[in-house]
Amino acid sequence: MTPVRLGEDHAALDGALAALAAVYARAGYAPVTTAHLFEAETLIDLYGEDIRARAFLFPGAGGGGELCLRPDFTVPVVRAHGALGWDRAARYAYQGPVFRRQAPGSTRPSEYFQAGIENLGAPDAAAADAEVFALIHEGLRALDAGPLSVATGDLGIAFALLDALPMPARRRRQLRRHFWRPRRFHALVEEAVAGQRAPSPLRTRLLAAATGPAPADAVAALAAEAGEVLGLRETDEIVARSLALAEAAGEARMPRGEADLIEAALGVKGPAGNALARLRAITAEGGVNIAPALDRLEARLAALDAAGIDAAALPFDAGFGRNLEYYEGFVFEITAQGRADLPPLAGGGRYDAMTQRLGAAAAIPAVGAMIRPEAVLRARELTP
Amino acid sequence: MTLTLGLPSKGRLQADTIDWFAARGVEIAHTGDRRQYSAEARGVDGVTVVMLAANEIAHALAAGRIHLGVTGEDLVREHIPDWQRRIALAAKLGFGQADLIVAVPAFWVDVETMADLDEVAEAFRARHGHGLRVATKYHNLTRAFFQSKGVADYRLIDSQGATEAGPKNLSCDAISDITSSGGTLRANHLKPLEDGLILSSEAHLCVSRAADWASAAIAALATLSASLQVPLAP
Repeated sequence: MTPVRLGEDHAALDGALAALAAVYARAGYAPVTTAHLFEAETLIDLYGEDIRARAFLFPGAGGGGELCLRPDFTVPVVRAHGALGWDRAARYAYQGPVFRRQAPGSTRPSEYFQAGIENLGAPDAAAADAEVFALIHEGLRALDAGPLSVATGDLGIAFALLDALPMPARRRRQLRRHFWRPRRFHALVEEAVAGQRAPSPLRTRLLAAATGPAPADAVAALAAEAGEVLGLRETDEIVARSLALAEAAGEARMPRGEADLIEAALGVKGPAGNALARLRAITAEGGVNIAPALDRLEARLAALDAAGIDAAALPFDAGFGRNLEYYEGFVFEITAQGRADLPPLAGGGRYDAMTQRLGAAAAIPAVGAMIRPEAVLRARELTP
Repeated sequence: MTLTLGLPSKGRLQADTIDWFAARGVEIAHTGDRRQYSAEARGVDGVTVVMLAANEIAHALAAGRIHLGVTGEDLVREHIPDWQRRIALAAKLGFGQADLIVAVPAFWVDVETMADLDEVAEAFRARHGHGLRVATKYHNLTRAFFQSKGVADYRLIDSQGATEAGPKNLSCDAISDITSSGGTLRANHLKPLEDGLILSSEAHLCVSRAADWASAAIAALATLSASLQVPLAP
């Protein structure tokens, strides 16, 4: 963080922000402003408790709920869009500081500028993805960012694979839910292959109750015997899960080939053109059809070509973006070449599903990205 | 007076600490009125004793206001970010044992592990419209543990006391709390999760890495280290 910018430093950042505002405005992105502070509830609901380790939350005055210093613009911009009606297309541009709590000892700044765009409600997803990606490149060119490294991915492929592979609904739900936690995801896949561990004495009794005569009553009786009803979770919730556990106990293991296919697909890396071909080959070989997702990737590459980008040569990594929160389709990050000391200069992706969690009746098309002008200025200053 | 030693200002932890030092030939004697929280160490030179609340000892060690202190590992890990850089847990003292554990209502017969809890949390959100509420005063330790276990969809509720009663009065659904025996849990119809042990804590003699270690303080530390027969180094 630079506490105070004087003279040339001030002019450099000011100039960069003005240049990006001009690039975004020329492309039809309407400027928006958002408050620095907003109610934390939305964020906690979206990201869970982990947000507290990454953002600045504090009690509001007068017994109100907690407040949060905005950790990014996407959530407030999308909510503001929704407040005026979800069912319409709009392009927004924003700029200003965001606030991130960093791990102790980290040298990363806890306050930095973002200048970005959100493209909402565009029916042609491939075209909107390409438009955003190309516009971010144009912004970086306007700032004279120097040599860049690009990473791209497509989280939609993994989700399509999980949907297409034959597996019990409960297992599918768990794998989808933990896709964002690669370690847990991997453990779940391995557990599914190995089969369930030997049940505890309590679990044995529970499963017996849940598979015997009058299972709901038998499970309820077991619960009543174990202790008083406490908290908001009620006996019928325990019965429902116990019956689901009994059903799952009889589930087939995941064939090793299926687990290998998941890991192989997530491991595909290389120029996007080759990666697409490889994904088509792997899935055909594994006898699983995710053609619609792969067609979407192909359409995006074509749209990127049309936007003047050599799409087939773009670095692609099917596992990229699993740590990047709410993204669920196209995802990308741009770094300064050979500058591992700097944070990414830009990044973004598609996040349709999040719009539903923010209040849309059904997910609307949503893709956005941002540039970090201070990181670009540092990359430029120090490039030999 | 060159080395400052922070000791717990009250209760069982204070009594056990005084006994521990006494058994090693260092007498901690109250000076003046007990309520003045002042004391001195007899049998070793160059040591100033200050009496502080156990969690204040953790903060004072981290800030370097005291050189040495007796406090719980749980308090150091919970309250001091990046604690390894600032505090050395030099010696376990054999008392103040406390396990930080995750516990749920005993009538949740379908929940025995953190993985069960995670699955329940997902269904709970769908049914109740908000995350499962976990009450604790150990926010940082609990959050890090839940993250390491891949548990999502929960909310931490601050509870500074009588945490075990939370589920009964509907202020939470599960707890993360210190338990020295299982008695309080059982009395409140709660049970610990099989893999829900967050930390097995006990009282430690801690050395501040942030304090001013002038040569006189180092010398006093060496003397104390020899008397107590505990290796001590900043």
